[in-house]
Amino acid sequence: MSELAFAENSTATNETVETIKDKALDLQEVSILYSGNPAVKKVSCYFMRNKITSIIGPSGCGKSTLLRALNRMNDFIHGVTLEGKIMFASEDLYGPEVDPVEVRRRIGMVFQKPNPFPKSIYNNIAWAPGINGFEGSKDELVEHSLKQAALWDEVKDRLHDSALNLSGGQQQRLCIARALAMDPEILLMDEPCSALDPISTAHIEDLLFDLKSRYTIVIVTHNMHQASRISDYTAFMEMGHLIEFGETEQVFTKPLVKRTEEYVTGRFG
Amino acid sequence: MSLMSEKEKKNLRNRQRKSLYFSRLCAAVTWSSVFLLCVLIYQVSVDGLSWIDWQFISSFPSRFPERAGIKSALVGTLWLIGLIAIISIPIGVSSALYLEEFTKPGKLNKFIEVNISNLAGVPSIVYGILGLAIFVRFFALERSLLSGALTMSLLILPVIIIASREAIRTVPMSIRQAAYSLGATRWQTAWAHVLPASFPGIMTGVILALSRAIGETAPLIIIGALTFVAFLPEGPMDSFTAMPIQIYNWISRPQQDFHDLAAAGIIVLLLVLLIMNATAIYIRNKTERRLK
Repeated sequence: MSELAFAENSTATNETVETIKDKALDLQEVSILYSGNPAVKKVSCYFMRNKITSIIGPSGCGKSTLLRALNRMNDFIHGVTLEGKIMFASEDLYGPEVDPVEVRRRIGMVFQKPNPFPKSIYNNIAWAPGINGFEGSKDELVEHSLKQAALWDEVKDRLHDSALNLSGGQQQRLCIARALAMDPEILLMDEPCSALDPISTAHIEDLLFDLKSRYTIVIVTHNMHQASRISDYTAFMEMGHLIEFGETEQVFTKPLVKRTEEYVTGRFG
Repeated sequence: MSLMSEKEKKNLRNRQRKSLYFSRLCAAVTWSSVFLLCVLIYQVSVDGLSWIDWQFISSFPSRFPERAGIKSALVGTLWLIGLIAIISIPIGVSSALYLEEFTKPGKLNKFIEVNISNLAGVPSIVYGILGLAIFVRFFALERSLLSGALTMSLLILPVIIIASREAIRTVPMSIRQAAYSLGATRWQTAWAHVLPASFPGIMTGVILALSRAIGETAPLIIIGALTFVAFLPEGPMDSFTAMPIQIYNWISRPQQDFHDLAAAGIIVLLLVLLIMNATAIYIRNKTERRLK
């Protein structure tokens, strides 16, 4: 999957972030409009390979809209248009040659509410690789994906039970396993823990730590502690603008912008 | 409850009484329609039950009531329903899928939607005239089973489309998002997830529509189903009769015996309807359970 050359030395938007060549995604002045009304305004930032980047900000700041733009899920919402460029390797995700189906195959997504298919655990994972022409052993793929998502031991004896019988936390890990089975280059997560209890949340956070050695992860979260615990980079958005972007430690302890400081210390939002 | 004042108690009593009256009114309305159905079945059974025997099922129509049977009409109806199902279900469900999953919402979509709803309200005899002009004359299909089935399919297509669209709309968006985010195309998403999840609802619509078709008489009379058929259709191009037509024919004769035969025919028609619906509901429940 990594046969593509990655664009080198794109313009860094923040001086404090050391320039590393490995950018999985590079956003250049991205604006997203709902029927002409901008929800995301000229955002430029990048997501590093094998790192976790969290996007934080108050409700309605455009962070979920931005995340959905990264694998073209906004295409399904009527009236959404995008300006600017999102470079994936050396290609613009919104270029005329690009097939959105291919984009979504290579950039996986986990949603806010666990959304397993009303099928067996096994088929939840095996379906998508099947339709994409996977030729190896499906049994192995299912086992491998479930192990990666730290769910294998809990479900190995009931792979053919309905996925809807699992608990919320297990369902969410199943959704992660399902996304991983496609071997995506990037994993997008839209508040994956907001519908879960603290124990399930801890499970998933541990899981993200393990996964980042193999995947690039972008996570939208409402939970400031979660962002500071798990992410390497943090982007803070407000009213559609990217206010601050940098290494998590710097954003949380020595923010450059006053608004960021107010937000991360809980004085507003 | 001692915390309530007299005034509050009175108010609560009043509200509870109104609630009780309303629920009784609803129950009365519900049971009155069940009662009407019972009266109908009783009436028909008194007249017709004694006529139902194997001879009645296995004989062709005859001038003599004691020798007349419903065989050709029963077989004709089964042929008709089979052909209608084969024609209308794929077309109806595909149309619904197209309108819900593949088109963007807009004026054109709205226009189609309004027109389908209008078509559902067109009197059946108008479809008969349409069928006569198009299938019997223009396509020269003659007065065949196929003409009848095509006409009836036109008649029930709006019902199937509307019910299927409703069913498809109840499939949660999150299921589609899950499939799309895994790199599925619209067709793969629709086929593997949307259709199975909406299958029980679609089945309900199909049952209703086919039940309507099995009892329709007017369009068949117009396109020229025969009323006296002493042979069995062997293919979709053969001429035919159907149960409602046979019943209509018997009712319109002066002799009392034929009226009783009509009652017997109605019982058989109701039985066929019941068996059909029961099978469909069984299939629906089975798939519903598998999905959960």
